Amino acid sequence: MKPAPFEYVRPGSVDDVLSELGRDGAKVIAGGQSLVPILAMRLARPTTLVDINAIGDLGVLTSVSKGLHVGATVRQRAVQHDPTAARIPLLRMALPWVGHRELRSRGTVCGSLAHADSAAELPAVACCLDATITVASPRGERLVAASEFFVAAMTTSVQPDELVTSVHFPYATTNQGFGFAEIARRHGDFALAGVAVRVDARDPFRPTARVVCFGVSDKPVVRDVSAWLASAVATEGAETPEMTIRASLSDGSADLADDVVDTVGDAHGSTAYRRQLIAALSSRELARAYIRATQDQVETT
Amino acid sequence: MTGLARIEDVPLLTGKGHFLDDLDPLPGTLVAAIVRSPHPHARIRGVNLDRARRHPGVAAVVGPDEVLETLKPFPLSLKAPMPYYPTATDKTRYVGEPVAVVVATDRYTAEDAAELVEIDYEPLDAVVGTYDALEPDAPRLHDTADSNVATDRTFDFGQVDDAFARAAHTVTGRYSFPRYSSTPMECYSVIADWQDTVDGPEVTSWANFHGPFSMVLVVAGALDIPTSRFRLIVPEDIGGSFGIKASIYPYIALMALASKHAGRPVRWTEDRLEHLLASSSGSDREMTFEAAIDEGGVISALRVDLIDNVGAYLRPPEPSTLYRCFGNITGAYRIENVQIRARAVVTNKAPTGLNRGFGGQQLYFGLERLIDEIARERKLDPVDVRKANLIATGSFPYATATGGIYDSGDYEQAFQMALDAAGYDKLREEQRMARERGELYGIGVATIVDPSATNIGYVGLATPAHDRGRGKSGSTEHVRVIVDPQGIVSVLLGTVPQGQGHATVVRQVVADRLGLPSGQVVPRVEMDTRSTPWTLSTGSYSSRFAPMLTSALIEATDRIAETIKVAGAVLLGADPADLELVGGEVRVAAEPERNVAFRHAAGLIHWDPGSLPDGTSARLYEEAAFTPPQSKAPSRTDQINSSLCYGFVAEVVACRIDPDTLQISLETVSTVHDVGTILNATLLEGQIHGALVQALGGAVYEELSYSESGQPTATTFMDYLCPTTAESSFPLTSNHLETPSPLTKLGAKGGGEGSSMSFPVAIANAVSDALSPQGIAINSLPLHPNVLHTLLNKGTNQEGN
Repeated sequence: MKPAPFEYVRPGSVDDVLSELGRDGAKVIAGGQSLVPILAMRLARPTTLVDINAIGDLGVLTSVSKGLHVGATVRQRAVQHDPTAARIPLLRMALPWVGHRELRSRGTVCGSLAHADSAAELPAVACCLDATITVASPRGERLVAASEFFVAAMTTSVQPDELVTSVHFPYATTNQGFGFAEIARRHGDFALAGVAVRVDARDPFRPTARVVCFGVSDKPVVRDVSAWLASAVATEGAETPEMTIRASLSDGSADLADDVVDTVGDAHGSTAYRRQLIAALSSRELARAYIRATQDQVETT
Repeated sequence: MTGLARIEDVPLLTGKGHFLDDLDPLPGTLVAAIVRSPHPHARIRGVNLDRARRHPGVAAVVGPDEVLETLKPFPLSLKAPMPYYPTATDKTRYVGEPVAVVVATDRYTAEDAAELVEIDYEPLDAVVGTYDALEPDAPRLHDTADSNVATDRTFDFGQVDDAFARAAHTVTGRYSFPRYSSTPMECYSVIADWQDTVDGPEVTSWANFHGPFSMVLVVAGALDIPTSRFRLIVPEDIGGSFGIKASIYPYIALMALASKHAGRPVRWTEDRLEHLLASSSGSDREMTFEAAIDEGGVISALRVDLIDNVGAYLRPPEPSTLYRCFGNITGAYRIENVQIRARAVVTNKAPTGLNRGFGGQQLYFGLERLIDEIARERKLDPVDVRKANLIATGSFPYATATGGIYDSGDYEQAFQMALDAAGYDKLREEQRMARERGELYGIGVATIVDPSATNIGYVGLATPAHDRGRGKSGSTEHVRVIVDPQGIVSVLLGTVPQGQGHATVVRQVVADRLGLPSGQVVPRVEMDTRSTPWTLSTGSYSSRFAPMLTSALIEATDRIAETIKVAGAVLLGADPADLELVGGEVRVAAEPERNVAFRHAAGLIHWDPGSLPDGTSARLYEEAAFTPPQSKAPSRTDQINSSLCYGFVAEVVACRIDPDTLQISLETVSTVHDVGTILNATLLEGQIHGALVQALGGAVYEELSYSESGQPTATTFMDYLCPTTAESSFPLTSNHLETPSPLTKLGAKGGGEGSSMSFPVAIANAVSDALSPQGIAINSLPLHPNVLHTLLNKGTNQEGN
């Protein structure tokens, strides 16, 4: 379990990174939590490893234009414990589910997005919140909406000569509520199925809602479920008890699950079992998110 | 008594352990990487090592030709035409089987060159399923054998057919037990040095092997050298084994061969991929249990059909998984008539071997599921069925039908303790209410006998009595106790611990026995077959330490005490018989003020032995070998007392299954252990927790699974899921009953394996109970939500998994 030979460079600027990435077979390393094991198993054989950890600008975690700017080398654990991140409840809900503490201490938020594992939490969060990813290349910088970023399993719209430099998560606004849940074989494993949920209940009788499902397809699956949620709260609005919302949502949950789950499944979770999970988790988290939105609670779990 | 705190922990927790990778005993040692088969079954048509040999930094590459040129097949536990070498020779028979070894300056270079080894494979059909391997037209693993059955023996004790003919009812269950490991933190590690001397080859090996036991003989056999020319040295610290490292020996032989070709010592450190592919595991087992019962569920006879899937080779000590529990095959129950068919089949999976609980988890999965099945069919409470069949209080020592002699116990009381601690009646009430709410809630019980201090003579049972020759009964444990001129007592401990805390117990026992402050006793953990006393049974397995080593230790320590008293008597002008050892002193028992320091008494023996009475040896160097006379070779009628001691475990588990996610949560776990006299309660509790979590892994999370085509599907920790602290924090009540063994000096039995055997089936019984309203019975493991989902959606009644 030793990597095949590779060259290692540690540039001091984004420009230098980009010129290194111009070489064939170059690969960026930040936290290395996915890449290093793959290297050790010789499943990846980059000719050059471009370490971006020496670039100060990429380590910036700061509040910018009503949101959180997370640089490419900012660790997941740093975001989890940053006071500003409290303004993005969904991020705070999801981060404890990303691997284990040890992994989050090394793993980066941008790295998780760039790796694009279809069962990972952060890509789903990015899609749920309409995060924006900044990508640099010799041709300049471009901003990519999360919905455009994830292409397929382990595949993003980032080109081989490009570098993800940051991601921007917008702060939650009043009347927004969020939900997050996942089921894995063990805590810290990649999800068999998970949901990230965003509800906007400015009008409690006509909320808008989005569910992002992960672990069930080749990338996060985004669905607008406003009508589904609205039908559950149409009568009582903000006065609707959570269990009532869940009960009425459970009717349509199987349809949602049928729609979004298209993974073939494996020994840990068959397609049918994952559908059962999506049905259960989506209705539960949607109800919770609606309650949070109408009560304007900011909850982290 | 809580006992001394672990003295091993400070060095281990501060990074001062001495593991094999911390040692560099032979400067200039080269490093090996192993080329392994990607095919489950393939003929080797050609091997080309030239490119690998030419790679810069490579010292040697050995393949099947080199193996056949120098090595003999490993001696097997029984005569089976299934030759086993450390690499494939004619065919590869499992994914991960070594095919070649590259020796280079470092592991990176060795792995680079390993990619240049060219093997021309002709893939063959593979077979992984146990029943599939029995089919007449199944792919044949060993061309020299006429089937995939490596051993097939039937045993009959009592009047089984009569009992079945007369029985009011018979109950049958067919069960599968999965293959899992204990995943020690430290993988295999070997250094081997081959030297050609005027007397022939000589091999020295450092290995994190908790032997030597009989495996030294097996290695020497393969190397075709006398055991005296094979030297094994075990590092002070081993990062866990749980039996798994007993299968390291083929790599010792392989690295010795690599060293011969490299002309230098060779080190090989197994990585986790290799470990999960090809180290060892418990065997998976298919089994059928059939009971003849009366109206009350009392069992009069038992038929047992066991088929172990031992993987591609009958790697010694297999097929011992079949026989380790032979003497206690009827468990905690009074069953006089027993018929056993014991088979081992070879398949295109990795070879199996020792794993904590060795044979017990497989056996009790069948037996304890059967007890629950009896309860279900006869509409009885599973607790009542057990109570009706338990060996009664006051029946000990109890002779089992198969030759076991249960040394002590009070099963009825221990079982009741477990039920009381769990609040069994309340749990049933909770279940009733839960079911009314439509929830899935189940209660599982297991009562098992926990054998310890194996009598390795049971291996002989695989061979019919008329072919066995002279029987074997190995079961000896050695120790050496030394007192230096300052009265420091050192203990040479050849029990090759892998983290259990042997040194702590030795310090505690000796300090207690000699009346010394614990710091004055210095255990030295050491195994060097050139200087440490050992026999073919020496090593750490079958929970031998507590019953065996401490017995030897008491013998040796008591002789030291006698000598010290003689010296003390000289200094005090007293009669040695009137003296006692207390508080670091030798003193007259009736006049404590007449005393002399222990170290002064020891000093007298070193400095002034001439003052000792005539006939007293100035000997502060005592060895003892504890050999229990109860461990005999198998009888001509195939009975054997397969262990020296038999403890007892009762477990009660309550679980709830989330109806949405089907996640299983253990809400109550009550365990009661009777390990005889408890030597150190802290260590025992640690062993129990460890065994429970290991069992939880096998019951719920872990499986060394294979696809139909023979590809392993759990080759990294992404798929082989060991429970972590997050999965292991179930509510636990652990209680103890102490019925001392009359056969060991301190009354202690082993205790490290009990829950490994009982907890998997206790969980299965609980889950089965939870799902019984759905008509589902659990007949295999592991049990995780996806499995339950499949069961619940089969839509058929009375279906098992």
